Amino acid sequence: MNLKLKALTKSLWVFHLCIGGSCNNCDIEILDLLTPRYDVERFGIMLIGSIRHADVLLITGSLSRKAAPRAKRLYEQMPKPGVVVAVGSCALGRGIFKDSYNTPCPLDELIPVDLYIPGCPPKPEAIIAGIVKLIKKVRGV
Amino acid sequence: MSHKVLIPIGPYHPLQDEPEFFRLYVEGERVVDIDIVIGYLHRGIEKLSESKHFDQVTFLVERICGICSTSHPFAYVNAMEDLAKIEVPERALFIRTIIAEMERIHSHLLWLGLAGHFIGYNTVWMWAWRYREPILDMFEMITGNRNHYAMMKIGGVRRDIKDEDISILKKTLDDLLPAVDMFKGAVMDDPVIKARLKGIGILTKQQAIDWAVVGPTARASGINIDVRKDDPYGAYDKVSWNVIVEEDGDIFAKTIVRILELYESISIIRQCLDKMPKGEIDANVKDIPSGEGIGHVEAPRGECFHYVRSDGTNRPVRHKIRAPSYMNVASNKVAAVGGTLSDAAITLAAVDPCYCCTERLIVLDKHSDKKIMNGWDLIKLSQEKTEKLKKIIGCKS
Amino acid sequence: MEIIQQIKEKLKDRVSDWHRHNQRRIYFTVNKKDIREVARVLFKDLGLRFATASGIDTPLGLEILYHFSLDKSGQIISVRTIIEDKKNPEIDSLAVISEAFEWIEREMWEMLGINFIGHPNLKRLLLADEWPQEQYPLRHEHES
Repeated sequence: MNLKLKALTKSLWVFHLCIGGSCNNCDIEILDLLTPRYDVERFGIMLIGSIRHADVLLITGSLSRKAAPRAKRLYEQMPKPGVVVAVGSCALGRGIFKDSYNTPCPLDELIPVDLYIPGCPPKPEAIIAGIVKLIKKVRGV
Repeated sequence: MSHKVLIPIGPYHPLQDEPEFFRLYVEGERVVDIDIVIGYLHRGIEKLSESKHFDQVTFLVERICGICSTSHPFAYVNAMEDLAKIEVPERALFIRTIIAEMERIHSHLLWLGLAGHFIGYNTVWMWAWRYREPILDMFEMITGNRNHYAMMKIGGVRRDIKDEDISILKKTLDDLLPAVDMFKGAVMDDPVIKARLKGIGILTKQQAIDWAVVGPTARASGINIDVRKDDPYGAYDKVSWNVIVEEDGDIFAKTIVRILELYESISIIRQCLDKMPKGEIDANVKDIPSGEGIGHVEAPRGECFHYVRSDGTNRPVRHKIRAPSYMNVASNKVAAVGGTLSDAAITLAAVDPCYCCTERLIVLDKHSDKKIMNGWDLIKLSQEKTEKLKKIIGCKS
Repeated sequence: MEIIQQIKEKLKDRVSDWHRHNQRRIYFTVNKKDIREVARVLFKDLGLRFATASGIDTPLGLEILYHFSLDKSGQIISVRTIIEDKKNPEIDSLAVISEAFEWIEREMWEMLGINFIGHPNLKRLLLADEWPQEQYPLRHEHES
């Protein structure tokens, strides 16, 4: 087990990236996680403004042509080790926009994805369940 | 010597349907020019729509936008019913109206929270989103999902509202009313909010007409337009309510319009629940003839416009979609220029695009192209201004 | 006076093919060389609000529908114009009348390849920069 990766699960700092081709709902549900009903900040999970400080790259939306190079660059800028989380049907497999001319490829063909959270949009409870699974897996419990 | 600095805001910013990337040119504190680049979220929905059959398109247009995820299907089914001249059962019209107004409540609360966050009132953000949750619960109870309700259908609605749900919905609205009172008081009586929002980001009436803006953005500039009143659809002509119009055109007026609209929405839902007749909810449409149809609805952000042409097959030949922000965002070009940098975040947010842009602002020096400021700094700048004002006015923070 | 009478009076023989789908949906056709004049009358003189424009690829040519809205009565007035030359489609830009037309013309330019003469800022709005030139997503393959 990578010690650095294990330590990083204590307090996940999340950089939230919408890579285009999303309807915004996943993004709202992610923000919803920070508001009083769910309040994941209690557990040290925090949204931050720069990828260079992030442990987690949280991605929503089906990759659009214009945004694809930027997504790749952001992944390269992320400090390693780090995890990539894809939230919502669009990020998983382009969802309903699969046949569009502007969504060239699914996300995991561009960058490696560690955790997939399906749903359109996934409920906040589902996102929390996904993160818990990820933390357990990394810690090896 | 003037030193122009370029500030890109964006780039991929999941505004509802039209993502955007603002390039702000500043001289010292003042914004002198603004360049808007969109297209990062372009998904080719108009083209995709041509490859789906008429019923599937309802689900596709629902996914244009997560916040107004009933406005687009509503406009689309209106266009189809205009095309095929379909009579929709009355109960379905009422159910559509209830869903659309619930959506307006949740959307306005969402905006209010984010606007509060941008000017440094994080408490407002938390409160507004807390009161938004019960509305989402109601959506889940009635439709089965918190967002993307899939209620619209050509010729009717997909699900009925059960009798036992009505009392729960009424109770939720009753509980919401004191919260709206609280927000109204918090915005109208707070001297700091007044100092922050009054006279900022003004869009004059003439500018609003020239840029053809819609929705609360237009109504805050003294233009009395509201599709619900002008071209009634659903059950809006069967209930009584008012169009909220303010004259000032600044951000304060836009905030007031949205808060007062919450009252109207609550009242519309209550009346609909009382007046809703029993009966069918679906007209069972079989074929769509050839022809063309236009449907528009008042989404929370303004007029949402759909044009559909059919050639008698089971797919549209052309489906044109114009979302409200398409007109409103363009008007930022006049609203933000001339203001200060610390007001930019709230001015750009005042037309109710989305938060994610402002979470990823980057300030660049034009000459060295070096990053000197990131997005959160711009929000921080805005929040610091509020703190300063609080001290000047003498409020305890 | 009803808006239709006003339009007929102001524009006389420039408008043709009136079609009243119902009370609130009115369509008429103008020649493409008159479009700027017609739009100016509707937008400036009669005070209609510009809703949007739909560009459509039809077997007869590229068709543009300019949708104007009269909010007082809830009527939508759609001005139809057809550009027959599909190889080299051109039409006068309306962006000189008002900024409201600017974005939609840029969109039609990239989606359908219609050249708007006199547009101040004709560049890509939605598509990526590396999208191939001369490929228009909303063009159809019509059999000739």
